[in-house]
Order: sequence, then C-alpha cells, then structure tokens
Amino acid sequence: MRKKNKALAHLQEWLEHGDNALEVEMEEELEEELPPEAPEEDHLEREEKEDPRLNTPKKLEKHPAFERWYRVAAVVVCLLLVGILLFAAVHMPNFGQADTLVDSELSAFYVEHTLEETGAVNIITGIILDYRGFDTLGESHVLFIGVCTVLLLLSIKGEKDQERRIWEDAYDRNFEPRHDEILQTCARILTPLTLVFGIYIILNGHLSPGGGFSGGAVLGAGLILYQNAFGYQKIERFFTFRTFKAVSVMSLLLYSCAKGYHFFTGANHLESGISPGVAGNIFSAGLLLPLNFVVGCVVACTMYALYTMFRKGDF
Amino acid sequence: MLEYIRFGIFAVLLLAGLLVEVTAVLGVSRFRYSLNRIHAAGMGDTMGLLLIALAAIVYLGLNAVTVKIIFIVGFFWLTGPVSGHLIGRLVSETDEHFDAEAKLWKR
Repeated sequence: MRKKNKALAHLQEWLEHGDNALEVEMEEELEEELPPEAPEEDHLEREEKEDPRLNTPKKLEKHPAFERWYRVAAVVVCLLLVGILLFAAVHMPNFGQADTLVDSELSAFYVEHTLEETGAVNIITGIILDYRGFDTLGESHVLFIGVCTVLLLLSIKGEKDQERRIWEDAYDRNFEPRHDEILQTCARILTPLTLVFGIYIILNGHLSPGGGFSGGAVLGAGLILYQNAFGYQKIERFFTFRTFKAVSVMSLLLYSCAKGYHFFTGANHLESGISPGVAGNIFSAGLLLPLNFVVGCVVACTMYALYTMFRKGDF
Repeated sequence: MLEYIRFGIFAVLLLAGLLVEVTAVLGVSRFRYSLNRIHAAGMGDTMGLLLIALAAIVYLGLNAVTVKIIFIVGFFWLTGPVSGHLIGRLVSETDEHFDAEAKLWKR
C-alpha cells in the first residue's frame, strides 16, 4: 500500500511539474551517487588497462613538422575531393530526364539484346553476370580476400596466449543476449522465413529483382539472427569453420571454372553448349542460375564470418 | 460521395500516422536517457507505421500491393519491439549509472 502511495505521489509530481522536475532530481542523485573514485570497477575496464594490446600506438613525435604538414595536406585533399564530387554532381543529368541516355549506344544495346542473348528477364542480372561477368568474378574474390584479411588479423584460433582467449570469451559473454526468451521466440519464427526468402531471391535472380548479392546478404542476416538468439553451440551443429571454408572455396572455384569456360568458348567463337532456354522459366538463362547461387553462398558466408570475427574472433 | 468518404478516411489516417511519427522523432531527439528514447522510438515503429500503412491500404484498395503492405506491418511488429527489448536489456546491463537514470518502481 505504501509503495502504491509512493508511486502515486511520483505520478502527481510528474503531472504537476512535467518531466523537468524528475530530470533535475535524477541529475542531483547522479551527482550524489557518483563516488569520487570508484574502488571496484567493472572487470572489463580493469583488464583494458592491463591489456597491452589495447595501448594506443605512439604518435609520430619524431617529426613534428611532417605531422603538421600531414594534417594540413589531409584537410586540403579532403576539401579537394569534396569539391570535385560536388562539381560532378552539379553537372549530372536530372533524375527522370527523358533524353538522358539518348546518345548512349550501350544502354540501348543492353535493353534490346539482353533477353535474347542471355535469356534473363531481369536485365541487370544479365548484365552483371554475363556481359560484365569478369567484373563480378573480381567482386566475389574481393569479398573473399576481405574475409581472409579479417581472419588473419582477428582470429584467435590456434592462439597460444591463453589469456587472450579467456579475455575474448569474457568480452563476448558480456554482450551476448543469452537465453533471451523473447528473442528466441521471435527468431524461431523469423529465421526460417528469412532463409527461405534469401533462397527465393537467389533462385529468382534472373527472373525478378534481386540476385546473388542481395539474396546472400539476406541469408547472412538470417544466420546472424539465429546465432544471436541461440548461441554458438546451436549454430555449430550445421555451420562451423569447416563449412565456411568448404562453401566459400568451392563456390569461388566453381564460379571461376564456369566463367573461365564461358570466356574461353566466347573468345574463340566456339559452341559453348549452354543455351539460354525459354525466358521466364526457372531453369533458363544458361549459367546465370548456378552463378547466382554461387555468389549468394559466398556473400552469406562472408557476412557471417565478418560478424563472428569482429564479435569473438572465432567460429 | 463514396470517394469523398474514402479520401477522408485516408487523410485522417495519414495525418494521425504523421502525428505519431513526429511525436516519436521529437521524443528521440528531446529525451535525455536511452530508455526514454527507446520508448519514443518504439511508438513510431509500431503505431505510426500501422496508421500510415492503413492509410496506404485505404488509398490503394485491395490488391497485391496491399497484401505486401500487410506483410511489412507484420514484419515490423515482430521485429521492432524485440530490438527495442534487446537495446533496453543491453542498457540495463552495461550502463553504470542506470539506477540513477532510470527511476523504476520495482515490484
């Protein structure tokens, strides 16, 4: 009863004086309750002080003149870049202008020939995986190189320094939403839907908007959601470091082989034996469907690996 | 006549949704502490989105786009509160001055 009265008094006060009174009161309490020197701090902060890896590198104090000019030059370069980009943006054609691409033969060619030559209803997939397939091949490899670099820099696998492993585990446990009933219930509904939607985007890449990259991103998001809700032990039942290695490398190999075959036959005017098929069918457009699938696998694995590397440094 | 009524319902729903969204933005920018801000932001995610989506449904009539809008609302109602809950949990677990900032009436 007394508690209720107290709550009512608070409500009364809030209604009369608005939020300000409460905030002022809170600030007073904040100042009061802050001890001059916290004797027992969070264990994280204590370890941060002790951990030599977190020490900031020493500044370039040997060459003060160099550093001064370096800062000036950095500002000048940034301003110059901003100026150039703004100048270019002013001279861009307006959005929706009718005669924007009138003198561009390339876009007219794509619009006229993509469906007939590649069999892709979605012209964009036809362009990025067929006409500009080499570019997309490079992009997938850039993703792979990026995740390799992150693995090199952040992985704690095979780390002999046991302290570091313990530190990473403790750090991870602090921010992991462990056994969260609400998140688990939500993830139980959402994860299958997300994964199915990602697969749908990938498999329909040549028929509807989407493709390997966007579908792979959705798949990766589904994996991350599952991992967040149920933890590492659950996801290790079907996605470990071995799976990641196998899927990424096999996908890239398959992509390179398929594209290499395509380039070889195309450049030498040979019969490739791959027909565009009936446009609009799910099994059509020649190589585009497997290539979309492969790109989706690479992107999903990369997203999940980046997430888990930055969070824990281990799978 | 029917068209006018429909447009009236559409306008009322849209304005109500905009009001909720503006309130949410004001709350996010004016409140001081993170939990208060989550409270304000969650309002825009759920109520404001629902009202604006209803306005769009009334405006478009029943067709495939409307079904997609209903799915979007369902998705946001499923995910928005959960993310708010997770942020709130993170705040309550990691904020050093939590007891002073959040005046809770604990049961």
